[in-house]
Order: sequence, then structure tokens, then C-alpha cells
Amino acid sequence: MKTSYLETVLAIAGKDLRVELRSRELISVMAIFALLSILVFSFALELDRAAREETVGGVLWVTLIFASLLGLNRSLAQEYDLGNLDALLLAPAPRSAIFVGKFAGNALFTGLVGLLLLPLMTALYGMNLLDGRLILTALVGVFGFCAVGTLLATMTAQTRAREALLPIAMLPLALPFLLTAVRATKGILTGAAEWQVWFQLLAGITVIYFVLCLLLYGYVVEE
Amino acid sequence: MTLTSERAIIEVEQLSKVYGALPALQGLDFSLARGEFVALLGANGSGKSTLLRLLSGLSKPSAGTVRIGGWELPREAMAIRAQIGLVAHRPLLYENLTARENLAFFGRMYGLQAADCEARAKTLLRQVGLPRRADALVRTFSRGMKQRLSIARALLHGPAVLLLDEPYSGLDKSAADSLDDLLAAAQQDGRTILLSTHQLERLPPAAGRALILSRGRVAYDGALEASELAAIYQSASA
Amino acid sequence: MTIELESKPMPLLLRALTIMTVLGFATTLYLGLFAAGTDIQQGDVQRIFYIHMPSFFGAFTAFGLTVLGGVLALARESDKWDKIALAGVEVGLAFALINLLTGSIWARPIWNTWWTWDPRLTSAAVMCLTYAAYLMLRAGIEDANRRRAFMSVYGIFAFVTVLITLFIIRIVPDTIHPVIVGASPQNAQGSFEATSGVVLALLPSMALWLTVMPITLIWHRYRLEERREGLDRLKLKLLSE
Repeated sequence: MKTSYLETVLAIAGKDLRVELRSRELISVMAIFALLSILVFSFALELDRAAREETVGGVLWVTLIFASLLGLNRSLAQEYDLGNLDALLLAPAPRSAIFVGKFAGNALFTGLVGLLLLPLMTALYGMNLLDGRLILTALVGVFGFCAVGTLLATMTAQTRAREALLPIAMLPLALPFLLTAVRATKGILTGAAEWQVWFQLLAGITVIYFVLCLLLYGYVVEE
Repeated sequence: MTLTSERAIIEVEQLSKVYGALPALQGLDFSLARGEFVALLGANGSGKSTLLRLLSGLSKPSAGTVRIGGWELPREAMAIRAQIGLVAHRPLLYENLTARENLAFFGRMYGLQAADCEARAKTLLRQVGLPRRADALVRTFSRGMKQRLSIARALLHGPAVLLLDEPYSGLDKSAADSLDDLLAAAQQDGRTILLSTHQLERLPPAAGRALILSRGRVAYDGALEASELAAIYQSASA
Repeated sequence: MTIELESKPMPLLLRALTIMTVLGFATTLYLGLFAAGTDIQQGDVQRIFYIHMPSFFGAFTAFGLTVLGGVLALARESDKWDKIALAGVEVGLAFALINLLTGSIWARPIWNTWWTWDPRLTSAAVMCLTYAAYLMLRAGIEDANRRRAFMSVYGIFAFVTVLITLFIIRIVPDTIHPVIVGASPQNAQGSFEATSGVVLALLPSMALWLTVMPITLIWHRYRLEERREGLDRLKLKLLSE
């Protein structure tokens, strides 16, 4: 007897969604943080029109990555603290399916925060961020760093100083996403054709990281 | 050997587990017959939890072999997991889900059909005395109620082996008694039970055999009611 | 009762490698500092390239060994390969810092700045930070089996930053960092012509930093780690008696 891959993914993602709909613990923390972050950035950088065009991509992506860190920390800490990670591992389900299930929930919540930020920044910064290409870039980027983030948060949840260790472990590995996504965003906003190169690079890194996560997740959850 | 291995459901040979330089288990040898109820005794740190984690496939042996129902760990862990139900220290439940939702979720994780799972969950909730709290969030439950729901979770997929890690800790007299009833019923269903505890004064009445661990080794393996048990336990945990 | 720290004699191969490293380093320094001709445009500062580029490739080898160590540590649950992976990170990080430092010294007269947020410089700095994070994360995990698994996984992931640093020049056209092998981007400042005299000094240095030097240092670091663990075991034994 072995639980099917898809069934495992759907069960875990569905469970996370149900818990979240009930408590709204992750999404509210992430959304409020993201809001504060873009406000703080706009005050701190005293953005004028020209400067905004240059920096809006950076503000968007740094905000998203930090918001996802908050969510990831909580999501995996919840599993680990009650011993529920063990409960998942006790089941005859493929380990990488457990990863995909946890990842799907995290990516969904972070993606929602991203989709919330785009119209908000459009209104606040007076620039049209509601571009199909930009939404696609945002979703691919979120997909990528949530994959690495889920893997790393599973690791750091099992250590003592996890709140401090997750950003330290995650930020260097998230930088390839930040670098490419910011450039793609800038390219899209300024109408430069080179956004495609950056987008392809972002998609490539996302695929590499995701495959690595699938292959390696089993090792970080088994003693 | 042939006779025992036909009857035995759990066979452990020369099992060792090392954490870094610290040996947690050193060359354990024992087997459990199908339908047996064994109490696993030992002081804190004697290796009881480590053994249960190994048997449930959460942790890999450093050396030696574990066979459960003819399957071998860790190579055939998937097949073994389906036959094991574990009640750990922590309840392994989601606080923000109801009792019914918890069981439905774990049923899916074990590949049960939704309709079967629902029927089983209903029966189990009645058996563990929680039919009226089925739709209450688990975070509103007392320790004893969580414990009982945890047993329902462990029995949900009809495992051949039930492992319990210190189930009496934190339970009052009546909760512990109802736990004993549940375990006796589970044994009557033909399940093999291994229950760990460090309290000699509170032993499961249905258990027929004791296994005492001391510093990662088997210090005693025999009848539970032996009069010298207390003395052996004292010297083993000294 | 006497308690002694077990110590294995240094293998002959390691002795030979150590001597090769010392002699090789002296020789390549001589070649780079004296034998190679002075660059017409840049002057003597160009000689730093004989260390700068090889040190990156030394880091590449060391971090590559971390990946190999990580894969084998996971597959075989081997503490030995985990120690090699750790040694690879420490040696590689030292090389990567030499690479950054020498680059910075060269950039001061040529680019007129110690540091600039150029894509390759940024990614090289990110690479260093990633491996610094490896060491911090490692220090935060107490359980040895978990540490081996986590750090193997992290070491494999971290190598992505090495590959990005290596290939970013070819992907990102707006770097000012010159390319040594192949054509430099148009806006590269402070080019680097591989004339025959330069090649004569660069090739031995590359060969040394790419192979013998990192392997020798990692081997020494691995032995040190073994002895440190021996000491830990000894302490444990003393405490339990």
C-alpha cells in the first residue's frame, strides 16, 4: 500500500489551505508586512518619478522575498513544533510529494501577496504594474524562491535559532532570483526587449532549484 | 527460527543507532509475536523513544536489521509505514482542524478512500469516546482528549502494529483507565502493541511481557508479572 | 590510566602534495612577478592576475569537492565525506576571499575604485556570503546525522552561486569585468591580452590552484577535523568515567 503522489500533494495543500482560511495567520501577517514594507521604502527612498522607475522592481521583489520568509518560518515551524512533520512522514507517502504539498501552500500564499502588491504599487507609485508579463514574472519568481524556501525552512525549523537561521540560509540562495527578477521587471517597465533574457534566466534557475529540491527533500526530513 | 519468524511480526537483530559519537541503541535483539502486547520499560534516555522511532520508520538504523511483517527497514519503509500506527509524545494533530478533519486528512495521507475513511473515523471517534466533539477544533481539547484522538489517528488505517511512546504521561486516572480499555480492544482486534513507559507503578494491565532497556541494551525480556521485575528495573535504571 | 589522542601519520602522498604545493607556489610567484613581461598599459599591477584568476578556480575546485562530498555523504551516510565537504567550504571560502581581495586591489588603479556593483563582482560577493552562511548554519545544528544531511544539501545548492559567478559574464552583457577566455564584452575596462609570455606564467599557476593546492589544503583540513573529533570523543570518554 502506498499513497499516490497526487493524492499526497492535494491532501497536504488542501489541509494548509483549510487551516489558513480558518486562522488567516500566515496571509494576514505576510500582507501587513508587505504593505508596511512598500510604505517604508517609499518614505526611506523619497522616490521621485524617475527614481521610482529604477527602484520599483527592487522594492517589489525585496518585499516579496521578506514576506515569504515570514510565511515560511511560520508554516514549517507549525508543522515541526507539534510534531506534525513526523505525522506526515509516518504515512506511506512519497517524500518529495510531501515537499510539493508544503511548497504548494507556501507558493499560493506568497503568490497572493504578490498579486495584492501589484495593483497596490500601481496606485501608490503611479506606474502601471498590472502587465501580463510582469504578473507572469512575479509568479515564476515566487514559484522558484518558495521552492528553495520550503526546503530550507524544513531544515531550519529543526534547529534552535531558526528565526535567525532561515534568512541567513535563504537570502544568499534567493539572490539569483532577486537579480534576474528585478532586471526582468525593470526591462518590462522601461519597455526594453532584454526582459526576455532575464525572464528566461529566471525560469531556468527556477527549474534547476525546483528539481534539486525534489531530489533532496527526502534527505532533510529523514534522520 | 522458521517457527518463530512465521509467528513473529517484528524481528529486530543487532539493531544499533548512533547519534554522532553517542550510542543510543547498541545491538538489540528481540522479536514480537503477532498479537502480543509488550511493555517497553526503561528510564529516560535508555533508548525507548529511539527504538520506537526506528520501528516506525522515522529514523534509520545505524546497523542491524529490522523486519516488520516480512518487510525490511529502511529499504521497504513504505510498505512498513502502512502497517504501523504510532502514538508519540506529542499528539501529532493539527490544532486548527476539527477532530473529523484531522482524521480525514490523515486518511488521505494513508491512501484511504474518502467514504471508507469517513465510516472508520466515525466508528473510531465513538470508540475513543469523542463522538460529540467530532466537529470541535483540536486546540479546544484537553490532554486526555488529544491523546484519545491521537489513538484514533494511529488506528485509522488499520495497522497491524501499534506503537505508543509514554502514553500515560499527563493523563489522570480515568483517562489512563480508558486508554487501557482502548488498548485491550485493539489487542482483541489482533493488533500487536508495543508501549513504552518509565512508570513501573502504571503498567498496562493487558500487557503480557516486558522488555527493559538500559543504556541502549536489552536488560530484561520476559514475563511482566515476574516478582523480581521491580528489582531488575531498579538496577537497570540505576 | 593514560589517555592519548589517536593520531595517524601523514600519508606519503600528502607529504608529496604538500611539497609540490610549496614549491609550485614559489615557482609560479617567481614566474608571475619576475619572468613574465610587464604589461604595457597597466604596468606591474597586471601581475596580480596570476593570483586573481587562479584563486577563483581554486575556489571552484574546493566548492566542487563540497558538492561531491555532499552527494557521497548523502548516498552513503558517510561522515568522512561530510568532513571533506566542510573542508572544501573553508578552503574554497579562503580562496574566494583572496580572489575578491586581489580583484579589489587591481580595480583601484584600473577602474579607479575598490569596489563597484558590477554583476560579476556582486555574484562573487554573493558566493562568499553563501558559503559564510553554510558555516553559520552548520554551527547551529547539534545533531550529527541531521547536520550531515542538511549541510550536504546546502553545499549542493550553494554551488549554483559558483556557476552563476562563472557564467554571468557570458549572460549579462553590461559587466565591466574583462573575460580572460574568449572575447571580452564591449564595455570591459582594463582588458587582458593573453600573449605568449603571459600564458607561460598563467598556465602553471592555474594548474597549481586548480588541482594540487586545493586538494592538499582540503586534505590537511580534513585531518584536522578528524583530530578535533578524536578530541571530542576523548572528552566524552573522560566525562563518562
